[in-house]
Amino acid sequence: MQPILEIRGLEASVDDKPILRGIDLTVNPGEIHAIMGPNGSGKSTLAQVLAGRETFTVTAGHVRYLGADLLARAPEERARDGVFLAFQYPVEIAGVSNVYLLKAALNAARRHRGEPELDAMDFLALVRSKLKSMEMPDDLLYRSVNEGFSGGEKKRNEILQMALLEPRLAILDEADSGLDIDALQVVARGINALRAPERAMIVVTHYQRLLDYVVPDYVHVLSQGRIVRSGGKELAFELEARGYGWIDDAVPAAAGAR
Amino acid sequence: MDTDTARIDELISREYAHGFVTDIEADSVPPGLSEDVIRLISAKKNEPPFMLEWRLDAYRHWLTMREPDWSSIGHPPIDYQDIVYYSAPKAKKEGPKSLDEVDPELLRVYEKLGVPLKEREALAGVAVDAVFDSVSVGTTFKTRLAELGIIFCSFSEAVQEHPELVRQYLGSVVPRGDNFFAALNSAVFTDGSFCYIPKGVRCPMELSTYFRINAKDSGQFERTLIIADEGAYVSYLEGCTAPMRDENQLHAAVVELVALECAHIKYSTVQNWYPGDRDGKGGIYNFVTKRGDCRGAHSHIAWTQVETGSAITWKYPSCILRGDHSVGTFHSVALTNHRQQADTGTKMIHIGRDTKSTIVSKGISAGRGSNAYRGLVKVLKTAEGARNYTQCDSLLVGDRCAAHTFPYIEVRNPTAKVEHEASTSRIGEEQLFYCRQRGLSAEDAVSMIVSGFCKEVFKELPMEFAVEAQKLLGVSLEGSVG
Ligand SMILES: Nc1ncnc2c1ncn2[C@@H]1O[C@H](COP(=O)(O)OP(=O)(O)OP(=O)(O)O)[C@@H](O)[C@H]1O
Ligand SMILES: [Mg+2]
Repeated sequence: MQPILEIRGLEASVDDKPILRGIDLTVNPGEIHAIMGPNGSGKSTLAQVLAGRETFTVTAGHVRYLGADLLARAPEERARDGVFLAFQYPVEIAGVSNVYLLKAALNAARRHRGEPELDAMDFLALVRSKLKSMEMPDDLLYRSVNEGFSGGEKKRNEILQMALLEPRLAILDEADSGLDIDALQVVARGINALRAPERAMIVVTHYQRLLDYVVPDYVHVLSQGRIVRSGGKELAFELEARGYGWIDDAVPAAAGAR
Repeated sequence: MDTDTARIDELISREYAHGFVTDIEADSVPPGLSEDVIRLISAKKNEPPFMLEWRLDAYRHWLTMREPDWSSIGHPPIDYQDIVYYSAPKAKKEGPKSLDEVDPELLRVYEKLGVPLKEREALAGVAVDAVFDSVSVGTTFKTRLAELGIIFCSFSEAVQEHPELVRQYLGSVVPRGDNFFAALNSAVFTDGSFCYIPKGVRCPMELSTYFRINAKDSGQFERTLIIADEGAYVSYLEGCTAPMRDENQLHAAVVELVALECAHIKYSTVQNWYPGDRDGKGGIYNFVTKRGDCRGAHSHIAWTQVETGSAITWKYPSCILRGDHSVGTFHSVALTNHRQQADTGTKMIHIGRDTKSTIVSKGISAGRGSNAYRGLVKVLKTAEGARNYTQCDSLLVGDRCAAHTFPYIEVRNPTAKVEHEASTSRIGEEQLFYCRQRGLSAEDAVSMIVSGFCKEVFKELPMEFAVEAQKLLGVSLEGSVG
């Protein structure tokens, strides 16, 4: 079975300041990997480097996505090819309606796959059904992208986009932060609905509570730009109970990260 | 060359001696401006004496004026004696013989904008034998309008057919000596559009210069006069989204609008003149004076403009709110890319009671473009209860461009309310990355973000115009990222 993602020795820096300092990770189809770790340890950086953010310079290592070099490609090519990033801080775009962006995004991917673009009617029917499953009101479609959205609405909107785009690899950066209990369940349901044998997810989170709903196959702890611990879903409970202090930063990741 | 010039000079003075009648062989006069040239223009156009007097008066005024230097634009000095002020309807053979001879860059833009092939030829100045479709469209159009008593014709035609209207209204909004460029235009304008909507008539279609084929060659000093009589309504579209091939570097047009009691004039412009190459070479300098006079009570004048062309744009469509309860609105998008410069804005002069004005200005600067908003809101003593709302937003694409805002507010009546809001934002790397992560190319992302920024203005435009304007912004922004 071909892995969806293979990260080997990945190092990245910003303004000559190293942030990722040698990441190794393999993600197979059907798997969910949770990434945890203290603030500033590099979780978002890893997510953004995978998505192609040019702010970060990759200084070593390589990444294969479905067997092909990922890092050489532009962010939009990765996206059209099925790499999706739910942002920790989704940006606002004034005057651009949410529905417009959704349609442009979906059609960009369809064109790339050689499929015909959806017409307005079909698109609307599709997006309405997804909207319903995310328990979002219709009017969010016509509001400007993320503008004036509450924290929770922004997060739901990210999952809505994921549901519509049906990526092969979804990277969710703190999809759960700032959600109330009900919203957390809605988001978790949205994520679980996309669990599929051919799809993989990397879920960045600080809290066990999301993992109660979205049960991961593996949990990794990132610290100072390295994976310092990997394990099964029990690792998350341990972290919840004991914090990060007991993990010795100097010890590199166990073989489980491979 | 010298002997030629001498001969033409001789010819001109001889004509003048003869009282300026006919048989001038030359189709164009040599470069330069003088009273004789103005007499020649007037004679060529067979104008009534009042027009000649009007022109001469403007010229004499112009001689006493200096080119304005207060705007934030810079350009090499213009030699006004090096311009040809009159040439007879251009011989088509001057232009390229076929599209093969036309600048491929221009053709690529037409293609992107979806301009039909025939029209591409006409726009590029190719000698087209079969006059293209809009002529017939134009004529059917004209009969329908005539039935309603609407006059819509070239300015020259109006001078011949409706001299009383021209005499009554010409210069009544933009006086001959109003400013340097308006004075120059008044002295030498050769053609333009004229429109009169009679009392109580609602013009049933958008009037567009596009359909008025005889205005195609009205040249660099264009004159437009639109009068909406009591209770009349008209929506007028100026311009064309495809860039015109044009050898004239200096353009100094004048547009006058007159709205009588309860009349409503909507004037929309999508302007995309050649901005010059990346270094700004060869672009058009556009110095235009546009002003509307809300002369009657409850009248309304609305300016909407989308400007993406020209190397230099200097333009302040204005409203004089004379009638009580009259309303002036100004919605503008001005985009500058590469080395383009724009200094635009509006003036709202409140004279009547309870007059209202709204200004929404969206400036977009990309590349090394520079964009200035200059607005004046003036409330005179007489304007009890006047209100103005101004919103002025700038969007920067990249970090080598500039945006400036110069709002001037003068209020002489304490009951007036004047509000001003301004914002500057930059298309952030963050926004771009977000869109690209969703699969949009960087260019599509920029044009989507820019369209979003301009939404409030686009919704003021007639539907198809808005669609074209949106496409145009995309084309104009090419090469601004990456
Ligand atoms: N653009 C940037 N410029 C400078 N430093 C940056 C930049 N982006 C990230 N960093 C730094 O890189 C380190 C890792 O940041 P990152 O956002 O990846 O952490 P994180 O693990 O996602 O933290 P959190 O849990 O708080 O979201 C931090 O020290 C941060 O300050
Ligand atoms: Mg983070």
